[in-house]
Amino acid sequence: MLPVTMRDHPAPAPIPVAGAERIPIRSDRDILLARQRGRDLGRSIGFVATDLTLIATAISELARNIVLYAREGVIELCVVSEDSRRGLVVVARDQGPGIADIHRAMQDGYSTSGGLGLGLPGVKRLMDGFEIQSRTGHGTTVQIAKWIRA
Amino acid sequence: MDVPVLKQGPFLIATVQSALTDADLAGMRRLLIEQVGKFRSRGVIVDVTAVDVMDSYACRTLRDISHIAGLRGASTVIVGIHPELAFTMVQLGLSLEGVATALDLEEGLAYLNARTRPTAVRGNAPRNNAGPPRSGTHPRGRR
Repeated sequence: MLPVTMRDHPAPAPIPVAGAERIPIRSDRDILLARQRGRDLGRSIGFVATDLTLIATAISELARNIVLYAREGVIELCVVSEDSRRGLVVVARDQGPGIADIHRAMQDGYSTSGGLGLGLPGVKRLMDGFEIQSRTGHGTTVQIAKWIRA
Repeated sequence: MDVPVLKQGPFLIATVQSALTDADLAGMRRLLIEQVGKFRSRGVIVDVTAVDVMDSYACRTLRDISHIAGLRGASTVIVGIHPELAFTMVQLGLSLEGVATALDLEEGLAYLNARTRPTAVRGNAPRNNAGPPRSGTHPRGRR
């Protein structure tokens, strides 16, 4: 099966301004660690409290998908800059089974009802940028971004 | 980290004091359901004032606690969902449908007191040590 990519607008090319932080995800403790690191990094570059909660929650959902479906993977956090704005990019990467039907996984009813799905549409709503790539049998990469509001 | 559960008359009060792992959340659910039977509790309050992230798993666990405790005859109320958390839950599409919520511990106790009056199904009258009954008081109705 061909890799499937979904982008909601032309791929941004943000410039990393700080070395990426890499958090291995293997257990539910790592989920906590990843969202705490995301919150700390976000706070250090000036995100307001509401956005920090949105970011931490999005990281929590993506990290849990890794633990549940791929067993292990990584969360990468990176401070980025584009034009005159700064933001935080989070990449969730695994070599798990992949998502057979991304379009279906991105449908709201499918993904959030009863909490059985991946919660991806919800994560997309929390963030400013959302991109997913998945290949059956090879893994999934989700990249999300949040920009600091001027 | 375990969530401390305080027995307060006919009610149980679980206060989440720090970020919880999935295992901690499941532990809290098990403990509360166990203690509802052990202490013949008629109400459960889960205080989430200190919770910084309410994701789909945490939300589902709270819903489970409420529904399971309900099947065992105890009412549950979730208190202390702070504004950022509420905003994020709405954005994420999470709901606590069918679960009672109240602004804070005080309102949560008022809600349970109103729901578990002596006329309730079980015969033993609860000790009313929280002032006069506040019948008809909506949990969020103050001010």
